[in-house]
Amino acid sequence: MAFYRGMTCENVTINGDKGTPITAYVAKPSGAGPFPGVVLIHHLPGWSEFYIETTRRFAHHGYLAICANLYQRAGEGNPDDVAAKVRAEGGIPDAQMVGDTAAAVQWMRAQANHNGKVGLFGSCSGGRHAFIYACQKKDVDACAELWGGRVVMGKDELNAKTPVAPIDMTRELSCPLIGIFGNDDRAPSPEQVHEHEAELKKHGKSYEFHRYDGAGHGIWYWHRPLYRPEAAMDGWSKVLAFFKKHLAA
Amino acid sequence: MCTSIVEVVGVDGMAKRGDEWFALTQAVVAYDHARHAPLGDVITLDFINASLDPGARAGVELTLDSAKQLLAALDRAITAAEFEETEVRGKGAPTLVRAA
Repeated sequence: MAFYRGMTCENVTINGDKGTPITAYVAKPSGAGPFPGVVLIHHLPGWSEFYIETTRRFAHHGYLAICANLYQRAGEGNPDDVAAKVRAEGGIPDAQMVGDTAAAVQWMRAQANHNGKVGLFGSCSGGRHAFIYACQKKDVDACAELWGGRVVMGKDELNAKTPVAPIDMTRELSCPLIGIFGNDDRAPSPEQVHEHEAELKKHGKSYEFHRYDGAGHGIWYWHRPLYRPEAAMDGWSKVLAFFKKHLAA
Repeated sequence: MCTSIVEVVGVDGMAKRGDEWFALTQAVVAYDHARHAPLGDVITLDFINASLDPGARAGVELTLDSAKQLLAALDRAITAAEFEETEVRGKGAPTLVRAA
């Protein structure tokens, strides 16, 4: 095999929450496999190029990867505009996200060259969503939560779309968790990350948290001033090692 | 939404995208991650029509200082406009007619 693995990328249609067809971008590494899988849950800025590129990056590292467009119901368009419309609508319901992500997990498990293991990956609101999914479902084997905001929520923040604070779901977490956080972040703040960790400890969950000084929110976003190359590369190595450990057949 | 700082208000008016003007239904004010401005968090203003496609949007990202200056300018202009309407033109002055 060449040092740089080839891959095949395409858009597929999956049956999301309540059977609604949604589009997902998939990247499949070249070769016979079997390959472990990563399901990516995109961030607040939507089904953005960063997430499409990150989907390919996981394929480059030998993972079948899929990233569903959770904002598709808001209409077709530039991901920026679609995300702005979703924000105006108050975001997407947590339950709908779980239904859409379940469809992506099912797609993964249906692939002939899949090794039977699935990791979840999400940052920002996607980090929060990944944690929620790993608490509500039992069909994933590892979860990477990167600077998930609003895992800790006040009662005044709860509403019909986000009825339960994710931290209150911790008891149900069904797989090992890795967390990547910047100590200058305010959403989540370091205090909220400590609270998140304390709840994981309280319930005896398998987890590892990595906190970075001099970094805030969106440490890996190479296109934003939030990018912190050293922390990003260290974080990538931590996540890849975590998935290698938990997603081996 | 990671910061939870979002305000949505119904508005009457119009905004422009490319060469096309469209009627507005909502304005969204948020303080959250910048998508384009070379900053961490920004005041984001989105003027949208929720009944049209997602491209029916005029978006702006401002620094906090710029947003404060804009707010002050809006205050001054609105105060002057209200004076104009009540003291100069009097009641019955024409108002903006919703285009949609």
